Formats: sequence, C-alpha cells, structure tokens
Amino acid sequence: MELLVIGGLSPIPRSRWLLAHAVVVFAFLYLPVVVLILYSFNGEGVGGFPPRHLTLDWYRVLFQDAPIWDSVFNSLQVAFAAMVISLTFGVPAALALDRAQFPGKVLFRRLVLLPLILPGIITGLSLLMLFNVAGTKLSLLTIVLGHGTALISVATTEVFAGLQKLDRAQEEASLDLGANYWQTFWRITVPNLKLPIIGAALLIFTLSMDEIAVSFFLIGRDNTLPLEIWGRLRRGITPEINAVSTIIFVFSLVAIVIWYRLRVRGGGGDRDAAGTEIAEAAEGDLA
Amino acid sequence: MATIPSSAAAVRPTTATAKSSLLSIRSVAKSFGKNVVLREISLDIAEGEFLTILGESGSGKTTLLRIVAGFESASSGEVWMGDERLDRQPPYRRRVNTVFQHYALFPHLTVEQNVGYGLRVAGRPNPEIVTRVAEALGKVRMTEHAKSKPSKISGGQQQRVALARALVNRPRLLLLDEPLSALDANLRRQMQVELKSLQREVGIAFVFVTHDQEEAMVMSDRIALLRSGELEQIATPREIYSRPATAYVAQFIGHTNLLQGEVRQGVVHCNSLSWATQLPEGPVLFSLRPESIQVVSAAKPATPGQLRVRGRVLQQAFHGATELIRVQCLGDLVLTVRTPSGTGIPDEVDLEFSAASAVPVRPSAGRN
Amino acid sequence: MFSRAYKTIVTAPPLLWVTVFLLIPYLLMFCYSFWSVSPAQTIVHSWDLANYRTLFRVNVYWQTLLRSMWIAARVTIFSLLLGYPLAYFLSFYAGKRKDLFYQLVIIPLWVSYLVRAYAWKTILGSDGVLNTLLQYVHFTKHPLEFLLYSPFAVVLTLTHIYTPFAFLPIYAALEHIPRNLVEASHDLGATPAQTFWKVIFPLSIPGVVAGATFAFVLSLGDFLAPLLLGGPSGIMISNIVVSLFGAAYNWPLGAAISLCMLALVVSLLFLSERLEKKWSFS
Repeated sequence: MELLVIGGLSPIPRSRWLLAHAVVVFAFLYLPVVVLILYSFNGEGVGGFPPRHLTLDWYRVLFQDAPIWDSVFNSLQVAFAAMVISLTFGVPAALALDRAQFPGKVLFRRLVLLPLILPGIITGLSLLMLFNVAGTKLSLLTIVLGHGTALISVATTEVFAGLQKLDRAQEEASLDLGANYWQTFWRITVPNLKLPIIGAALLIFTLSMDEIAVSFFLIGRDNTLPLEIWGRLRRGITPEINAVSTIIFVFSLVAIVIWYRLRVRGGGGDRDAAGTEIAEAAEGDLA
Repeated sequence: MATIPSSAAAVRPTTATAKSSLLSIRSVAKSFGKNVVLREISLDIAEGEFLTILGESGSGKTTLLRIVAGFESASSGEVWMGDERLDRQPPYRRRVNTVFQHYALFPHLTVEQNVGYGLRVAGRPNPEIVTRVAEALGKVRMTEHAKSKPSKISGGQQQRVALARALVNRPRLLLLDEPLSALDANLRRQMQVELKSLQREVGIAFVFVTHDQEEAMVMSDRIALLRSGELEQIATPREIYSRPATAYVAQFIGHTNLLQGEVRQGVVHCNSLSWATQLPEGPVLFSLRPESIQVVSAAKPATPGQLRVRGRVLQQAFHGATELIRVQCLGDLVLTVRTPSGTGIPDEVDLEFSAASAVPVRPSAGRN
Repeated sequence: MFSRAYKTIVTAPPLLWVTVFLLIPYLLMFCYSFWSVSPAQTIVHSWDLANYRTLFRVNVYWQTLLRSMWIAARVTIFSLLLGYPLAYFLSFYAGKRKDLFYQLVIIPLWVSYLVRAYAWKTILGSDGVLNTLLQYVHFTKHPLEFLLYSPFAVVLTLTHIYTPFAFLPIYAALEHIPRNLVEASHDLGATPAQTFWKVIFPLSIPGVVAGATFAFVLSLGDFLAPLLLGGPSGIMISNIVVSLFGAAYNWPLGAAISLCMLALVVSLLFLSERLEKKWSFS
C-alpha cells in the first residue's frame, strides 16, 4: 500500500527529491548500456561524441567472426551442463535443508551458500588447486565443474524458497489419503516445485553464460564467450565488442524478464523476495 | 401506532443532544476507482459519547474511520471538528488517535517507548513523558510490562498497550478499528467491559468499529449501522433494537420475524391474522421479535387484546438460558419464538403476541 | 515425517559434491599456504609460515590489501547512498509502478559484468564519450586523465555494478515493514520525516547490513575492474593473487593471500549475521 498522499494537498515535498534521486540512479545504472548499444551502431567505433554514421557494419563483422561463434557454442554447452549439475545437486540440497536433520547441517548450509557471496576468484582458485593436485587437465570440463559448484547455491536458494511456500497440509493430506512418501513426493511436492526449478534453471543458465571470475582460472584451450571477449579487450578495443555486448544484453534482458515473471507467478506475488533470496540466503538466513 | 419512520428521521440522532457536537461528518462519500464504498454519509459525534459504527465487511465502516483518522481522503464531503476542517489536515496534525485492528505496536520499541511515542515526537519534556506514560500504563494495568518488547506479550496485553499509546496523547476523539476481533470470546467480553468503563473514566469520545452486533449493543451510547456505504439507522441500542427502521436493521441486530401484510380500510391483514391500525393503505412489513411471542397452552383461552395463532414445531435450538423454536403456522407463516429453557414444548403449540410488538419497518432494497 | 532412506538419498549426493568441490579445495588452499616455491619453480612442502610473514611484512602486499579494503569501503558507502533512497522511493512512493521499477533495477544485474565494465572504459577514456562531451560543451580544454586508469574509475565502475546488490536486501526489508506501523506513527503525530528516522529506518537496518556486506565483500575480491580500468594505481589485492597464479608463479603465496581473503570474508559474514539478528524485530 502506498504511503498516503493527503487528498487535495500537494504530495509531501520530500518525494520530489526522492523521485529526482531515483531518476539519477536509474540513469547511472543504464548509462553504460545505452552507450554500448548506441555505439554498436556507430561507424567510427568507440570514442568520439556524438556518434556519427549509424551503421550495421560491426554486426556484419561479428557474424563472420568464427572464434566468437566457437566460444558461444562452448558457452552454451557449459551453461547447459552446469544447469544440469546445479539442479541435480541443488534440489536435493534444498530438500535436505528443509526437511532433514543431520550432524554438520549448519556447516553444510554455509558451505553450499558460500559461493554466492564469495568473490569468484576464491572459488576459482581453490578448484584450480584441486585439479592441479588431482592431475586433471584444464578444459571445458573443469569450467563445467566450476560453474556447477558455484551455482548449486542458486538452485538451492530458489527451490528452498519454493519449499517454504509449499503448504505442508497438502503433503499431509496426500499421506492421509493413502499415498506413501515417494508417491507424495512425485505427485505433490515436485509439481509444486516446477516453477522454482524452471526459474532456477533459467537463472543458472544466464549466470553461467556470463560467468568470468571462476572461469578465468579453470580455462583450458577452449574459450567461453566472456573469456573470448576478455582476451580481445586485453588486446585493444574493437567496436565489434559493442555489437556482441548488445546482443548479450538483449538475450539477458529477455531471460531475466521471463525468470521474474515465473518467480512472481510461482511465489503468489511475493515480488520483493524474488531476486533477493540470493542476497538473504548468502547471509545464512535460511534457518 | 407509530408511523413508518421516514428516511430522514432514521438518520437524525434520536438522543437528546445535551452534549455538544465534537465531530461533524458532512455528506462524506468515497470511491476507489469505480468501486463506491461510501455514499454521502452524514453524522455527528457528541463529546464524550461512545459511538459504534456497525456493519458487515464491505459496508464501508473501516473506510469511514480511516477518513476521520486521515489515512484516506474523502472523494467528496467534509469532516469538521469544532470549527476546523479536519479533512484538510494530515493525520499527524489531527487531535485524533487510533487503536489499530492488529495493534500496530512498534516492534523495535519497548512497551514504555511505544506508549511515549506520541509525546516524544511532540517534543514534550522528559519528566512529563515519564509521568504520563506511567499513568497511562497504570490505567490499562500494564505497568509491570513497561520494559518488555511487544513480541513478548500476549495479544490482549498488546491491545491494552495500543490503547494506552493512543490515550496518553489526550486526543479529542479516539478511533478503534475492530480492536477486539483478534481476541478469543472470553477475553473479548472482558475487554468490552473494561473498554466501556475506561471510556467513562477518561471522558473522551470513542468511535468504535465492529461487525459484531452484540458487542455494539453492550458498549455503545449510540449505534450507527452502515450497509453498503449508506447509513441505515443511527440510534441508541434500545431504540435500534425495539424500533428498527428497516428490515435489514431488524434482521442484522438480534433475531426477528419479518411479517408481510396489507392494510385495507384501517385493518392489517397478515396471513390469517388481522388487527386494527392507523397505518396508511397498502403493503406493510413488520418486525416481530421472538421474545415478544408467548407459547401458551391450547387449553388456556385467548387473552383479550392478543393475537393468537396455532402451529407445528419444526425445530428447537438450545441457546443456554433460552431456546429458539421454529413454528410452522397456517398459510406459509413460519415464526421463530424464544422461550425459557426447560419448559416442555409439545409438537403443536399455540402462540400469542400483541399487535403493538409488531413494529412496522421499511423494506430494504437489495444492494450490491 | 520422512523416512531415513528418503533423507539419506536426498542428503548424500549434495553432501558429497560439496565435500569434494568446496571443502577439500579450501583445505588444499590451506595446505598450499604453508608451502613454498623453489627456485626451480617447483612446489616445496615446507610447512612454515613464510608466506604469511611475506604478506604482512612486504609493503606491496599489505598496502594493496589495505587499499583494496579502502576501495571496497568507498564502493559500499556509495552503493548504500545510491541504493537506499531508491529502495525507499520504490517501496513507499512508487505505488502501482513499483513492480516495473523493481524490474528496471534488477535488469542491469543480469547484463554481463564484463560488458558493463567495458562500457565504462569507453565512456571514461581520453577519447571516450565523457571526455569528448566535456570538451564539446567547453567544460574543459583537455581530456581529464584521472577518469580512467585510476582508483576513481575502479570505484565508479564497482559502485555501478554493486548498487543493485545493495538495493535488493534494503528493498526487501522495507517491503516487510507493515504499513500500519507507518500509519500508527502518523496517527501519533510524527511527520513523514520523523516516521522515517524513528520507525522505518531502524526496522530496515538488517537489509542495510546485508546490502553493505554484499557490496563490500564482492568489491574486495574483484579483479576484473581493476585490470580493465585501474591502471597501476588501481591495482587491488586480487590482481596480485592472479599474477601469483600466473606469470609471477607463486602458488603458495597466492594461496596464503586467498586464504586471508576467505577468512576476512567469513568473519564479515558472521559479523553481519550477528548484527542483523540484533536489529531484527519481527
């Protein structure tokens, strides 16, 4: 419910400042994105103001750029595999946290959620040391393992939130009507978790496509898209990057809007929690 | 025979207003988008009176309260307190305080700090705050919980703190938004008595909102019954009970029998009954309270001046001290009768009531 | 209510994964930090505290660590200053458009970090958008050098990245405040400003703590922004670690520094958890 604005009187003056502040912050948040998109159409590439010669050249160059597309393909593979791993281990983890009591549960919870807030460098390096000791060669597989590990926490958080919203009475009713634990699980619990799981999958996929900190240390011969872009950035700016960035932006945008809609629908309107569970969970608020 | 009350008379305060008018609600209407919640309500609240705004959910009673408190603005109409326009002021400038339905105690402050909040915000000096808070807590008997946080006290105790928090500011008017609805039945009855005596003690006008008609009857000096945003009747509990203005009022408050009849040449014809009347020609509706009907033995001769009817008992419901029985009489007349418990009721009974106890009421139009 | 078999099946696989890919790697890192590197570029299991001594004695290391913490602190403060009023505005003044605004705030979160950092590079450079604009409107004659390859650029970019992170928990906390408390405060005579400081802000503190923790911890460990925009003066501790695992080849020292960062982060998390509990009243 919104704060009352007295009928007939002008709005409480302070809200004008708040509105101005909000506009400034939004401008700040979107400025780079706007510049990026704008300059991806700029004939003279980056730099210079205002942009001149609107053109699709950079997009054309982009489409003929083989290494970029290889890396896109790699990223897709990795994202998909990471999604599978994260869900496979993250969903049971959420169930375990929600329902089971066992020694070391607190440590388990903290470990699972730690990668969410830990800077990626630590997750990446610790895994690097593991692979080094185990003698595993760095490749897309090691990246998959890295993403999977880092993103289990996302799956766990989303599914856990879904479990909290699940009405226990439904499961109890199922048991009361004669179904056993397994039947109840598949007929009642899982269908109710459909939306959180899909939401988590979407989120994991998007995060994996963009992941760079962990991937940085685990990369072998084949690049993922962010690392490919990174390599080019190190060598110098090409406006092509603007084009690929714009495309990434559009995809991310679509993905995240879909995820948000799913989240709101599944949560029955608990919008403020959508996207924040990650923040809260990393503080160990899942008790 | 009383004339059928006209609509104007029904909303005119029927108590002798020796007390002056504290709050004047003038033709206040409120709509949320296309949804009309209040339709031109006018009523006056006297100093020191206990007024209950009674109604079902959706009747607009809470909205009306919130307009007086300042949390909603009226779509049209005015609210005056004394000679000042109240509805032009933000809630924090009105000399009105509210006890909220779920108490709305500040969870991060102690009971003491909650109660002293209004005084602190007004910048009163510390010693004064301490004294007044202690006094207020004493009045609601929460002194020993002064340093507790709201989460540590029970619902009933929270409610008393909410009361103290509002009263300590010595408002000219106290608004109570269904404060007892979250309490269980026994505690509720206890609180009704306490609230009533508290109001007498502080002498401040209370405007109490509830959907519970028994509660309203027990506590109020006057009851204002709202239905779908309109004021059906405003009167003392006794009057509203014994002389309901409309069929809706008669049915909302207590049990009643509604009898449909026709007046022809000075005689009411109602099913098999008829009696003389001064009501004008035409159809007429009566409200007859179950307790006005006596069960008499068939052997006993008809009492002069009483109407008598025979019927078959359909149902008998035990209500503690009394019983309610439903009796199928001649024609399609079904009467509900209240009798003391314990008296044996045969299957066929004779019923008697006086013509005077059949109170004419206006029919109520169906409303959304 | 759930059978033991069910619980075992549900608990074992994640437990196993977490042990292998989280617990053991941290333990390995722990071990590495006590080893050292021989001149022949091999790892020697020396089991001593040499690396930690280096970290705290050699200037470049502990100074960079402190500078990183200072950068992270600034990012945190700015993120909170930007994020809190925004969250307050959305929660209490946005009305029907609240949902739309909320989506607008989280969208940048999911646009590639790299992309956004790179965009700032193009904006802040000597030939960049900002400089050419400033010269175009004659605000300055020559490009402003400090805009890029400086701590300023790092703080600016990281603030841009982490403001939504700070915003989210603050917004959640504000949304959880029952609106009847605000009404009660007004009813008792408090103006909107008084209501904010006496009721709304205290109840939102757990969200502020969470947001601050996020912003601080994630900025502290960031190495991409400094690499792209920091220049020599904007190097952060993670950059040093990266080079120790790369060209400078000293894994044990890198592990020691990482472990310190991990310890720092974990302590901050505990601290913030305690703070949040202390200020939580629901």
